[in-house]
Amino acid sequence: MAEQPLLQVEDLRVSFNTEEGLVQAVDRASFSVRRGEVLAIVGESGSGKSVSVMTLIGLTRGPNARFEGRAIFEGRDLVSASEGELRKVRGAGIAMVFQDPMSSLDPVYRIGDQIVEQIRAHESGVSKAQALDRAVELMERVGIPRARERIRSYPHEFSGGMRQRVMIAMALSNAPKLLIADEPTTALDVTIQAQILDELRQLRDQTGAGIILVTHDLGVVADIADRIVVMYAGRVVEQGTLDEIFYDPQHPYTWGLLGSITRIDRDRSERLPAIPGLPPSLLAPPQGCHFRPRCPHAFERCTQVPELISRLADAPDHLDRCWLSVEEKRTLRQVGDQIGLATGETVIS
Amino acid sequence: MSVDRLTDVGGAELAHTPQLEEATEVQPGTGPYKLAWRRLRRNKGALFFGGVFLLIVVLCLLAPVYASDIAHTGPNDNHITEQIIINGKPTYVVNTIGLPIGPTWTSKFFLGADPNGRDEAVRLLYGGRNSLEVGAVAMLLTMIFAVIFGVLAGYARGWVDGTITRGLDVIWAYPVYILGVALGVSLAVGGLGPIHGNSLLVPAFVIGFVYIPYVAKPVRGQVLGLREREFVDAARVMGLSHWKIMITEILPNLASTIIVFIPLILANAILLEAGLSFLGAGVQPPNPSWGTMISDGVRDIPEAFHLVLVPGLMLVLAVLSINVFGDGVRDALDPRAKVRVSR
Amino acid sequence: MARFAIRRFIAAAAVLFVISVLTFLIFQVIPNGDPAARIGGQHANAQTIAQIRKTWGFDQPVYVQYLRTMKQIFTGQVVSYSQGVNVLDSIRQGLPATISLAVGAGIIWLSLGVLFGVITAINAGKFTDKSLTVLAFVGVSCPPFFLGALAIYYLGYKAGIIPLGGYVSFTTSPWQWFTHLIAPWLVLSVLFIGIYSRVLRSTILDTENEDYVRTARAKGLSERQVMRRHILRNSLIPIISLWGLDFAQVIGGGAILTETVFNLHGVGQFAAYSIQALDVPPVLVVTMLTAFFVVLFGAIVDIFYAVLDPRIRLSV
Repeated sequence: MAEQPLLQVEDLRVSFNTEEGLVQAVDRASFSVRRGEVLAIVGESGSGKSVSVMTLIGLTRGPNARFEGRAIFEGRDLVSASEGELRKVRGAGIAMVFQDPMSSLDPVYRIGDQIVEQIRAHESGVSKAQALDRAVELMERVGIPRARERIRSYPHEFSGGMRQRVMIAMALSNAPKLLIADEPTTALDVTIQAQILDELRQLRDQTGAGIILVTHDLGVVADIADRIVVMYAGRVVEQGTLDEIFYDPQHPYTWGLLGSITRIDRDRSERLPAIPGLPPSLLAPPQGCHFRPRCPHAFERCTQVPELISRLADAPDHLDRCWLSVEEKRTLRQVGDQIGLATGETVIS
Repeated sequence: MSVDRLTDVGGAELAHTPQLEEATEVQPGTGPYKLAWRRLRRNKGALFFGGVFLLIVVLCLLAPVYASDIAHTGPNDNHITEQIIINGKPTYVVNTIGLPIGPTWTSKFFLGADPNGRDEAVRLLYGGRNSLEVGAVAMLLTMIFAVIFGVLAGYARGWVDGTITRGLDVIWAYPVYILGVALGVSLAVGGLGPIHGNSLLVPAFVIGFVYIPYVAKPVRGQVLGLREREFVDAARVMGLSHWKIMITEILPNLASTIIVFIPLILANAILLEAGLSFLGAGVQPPNPSWGTMISDGVRDIPEAFHLVLVPGLMLVLAVLSINVFGDGVRDALDPRAKVRVSR
Repeated sequence: MARFAIRRFIAAAAVLFVISVLTFLIFQVIPNGDPAARIGGQHANAQTIAQIRKTWGFDQPVYVQYLRTMKQIFTGQVVSYSQGVNVLDSIRQGLPATISLAVGAGIIWLSLGVLFGVITAINAGKFTDKSLTVLAFVGVSCPPFFLGALAIYYLGYKAGIIPLGGYVSFTTSPWQWFTHLIAPWLVLSVLFIGIYSRVLRSTILDTENEDYVRTARAKGLSERQVMRRHILRNSLIPIISLWGLDFAQVIGGGAILTETVFNLHGVGQFAAYSIQALDVPPVLVVTMLTAFFVVLFGAIVDIFYAVLDPRIRLSV
């Protein structure tokens, strides 16, 4: 693609100095997002997905945090940018929607005022009345009925789904080029989830904004993502297009994720396959590949950290971190007639 | 002066209950109390002051030993006409204009004497025993009754809750000192049932009683919340009786709140006892307590200021130690992570 | 909103009633000696005592006595047992001192408490925080009568900076009024400053971790805007309500210890003397006065709270 990506993240590393020791929350994550593209970052809690995206707008900065690597947005590196520079980007060039709409809105201010606050933070010349008008427009755009009345309401007077729409409306208030949505539907029920995803899709179609969607739900991913980044214990373990990941996954962890999706066509008498074990402690991660202790296909080479490279000749953008050969992968990932993670003896060297 | 609501020295109003950490991936199987204990062990300041308080308690408990073996005098023995040797010269314990000697830093009258010729150091330790005893008993009373009432009110709701809460509100509306002094004085004269007015149990009961609403209300609040949680429904479905649920399900969840309150109430109880005794409504003479000693000492400012300084500093040190240690316990149970690691 | 306010006030009146009854009972029902004998003095004979009993109505049943006393209170005719003076007059004499003490200290402890709370929160973990925290702990552990004694001795006797106690009214001499009050103000405030700064610090640190603060930052607001508009706005709410209630207690005479140590002859000290003399009417009046203020301020604070925090309005 000749076009420059909206966001280019290179070798991002984030660590925290906690009272228990050093936690490497993100270890060399690299990915990019283009205009009009939806990038999904998938992983469990503790995988580093939230920390990665929050770092992009500097929300993880603190006295105990250390950062390395770059994240280029509109020609500027966000990781090393000053607070002042980042502030101009936050809520304008890059906007973010968070997981829990219930607690993400200040309970003592009216909805309209909170949207107005964001508008006026970036355009000081706008009058309150004008900003309120824009707020009404935004709320109507995301499908909130009777917007003109409801800008005077307080957050607790909205339902969960409505609150999330308000968050999205707020995020859109300055026409962002990149929208980051961190588990936007996790706290909502399934029917609302579909509506929210529709909103995001519309947004992308209408404005050409790029979207980073952080989630642990592969169903959501299948619905809307163009490209996928799979993270585990702070590292990117696989990366590729939607089709590549779903139909030709290269990493055992991905197989496990795919294998654990509930499917209507599966024989119901079988137990739901889960990946055995727990994610490792980031204080003392396993040597080499982080997935090794839980991987039934681990062998001696796994004590060395696998590089994140493409091992497929015909898919140079499909990257993975697994030492197994391509043929071995294609065989091992077949569990019965599905893709999954074989629950056999776990070989831990 | 009174504190209308007991606010934890270290933190938020105690309607905010300590959130025990969820088991992290750190080491599966480490319970929240074990983690808290480990955190507490790392808090050198809290441990130091915990040790100081323990030392004070031990010293005060050893008061009779000190009195008989070191100072060779009791807390109420007057030596008003006697002389002792200081720096080789015989000096009157209490001189002709009624001025007692200051600290001698020797085994007799280590911290000086009071206008009645009594050994101040001995009185300090005996007084400490009384002050600490009253404080401890009061704290136990408060905790036991507050938990009972709080759990009953929060769990049963309805009219039981209504009555208990109104009762708590009434006690709570009285400024702590006015209620304390009123009850303290009346009961000191008349006694309480079979208990004689002079007994230490009287101020203990008064203080314990006064603080009940300050603990009962937050407990009730927490129980109201706990009651709505699923595990209570699950227990009901399993057929457990209400009483059983209260004891086996609700109570353990209150444990961390209770643990946090204990040092807080103890510190406040000791302070209240000192204040009441200072006003004459607490421990009655001739029983010494730090409060009565300060009250006596204030009358003799400025000549014999050691009489105020000695019990006062001891009181402050004891209360400070409990407060710092209690704050450490609270921090250990409810850490405020300054770093937000990813979910 | 109006209904909420009315309900609070009715509840307040009920509580006041119960308090008046209870206070009365504490002194009448608990066996503590015969008020008639006390009034009569040491050398009164049985006849005098019986006479006193009749005049004062001690022979009537308890509820009649109660009603009589309440009537006296509301018509301003209450007379104390031990001194025979009109209680309300005595209280009126003590009010200027108590009000001066309360208002001055209230302003000091609120402003310094908030100031230190914000400073320690912003500098959390650094030296400023640690040292101010140590001060706060010491402040909370020092009873005012000890601090007062220290002040009087070191600053009064030794250094001569402050007078040794007593109260001078503002109209007599503003300067003297000030010098006599500066030590009591500070002594009374120390405890509250310690508590408020710790509470505010903790609330601010808690609020900083709230999701909506994160949203505010993500919107591109500056740190100062985030602190002012979101963090402080939410954190100060509990402080204001605390202040309202503590202030009510002090004004109602709850600053007994401070007033006594500095000999200010305010309402609190008057209450202390009356209680020690087992003198019911003054104690009754003072207690009701304080309770009245506490309940009044409590209701005001609740209403204020509902104004500040919209979630409360609906949940009542």
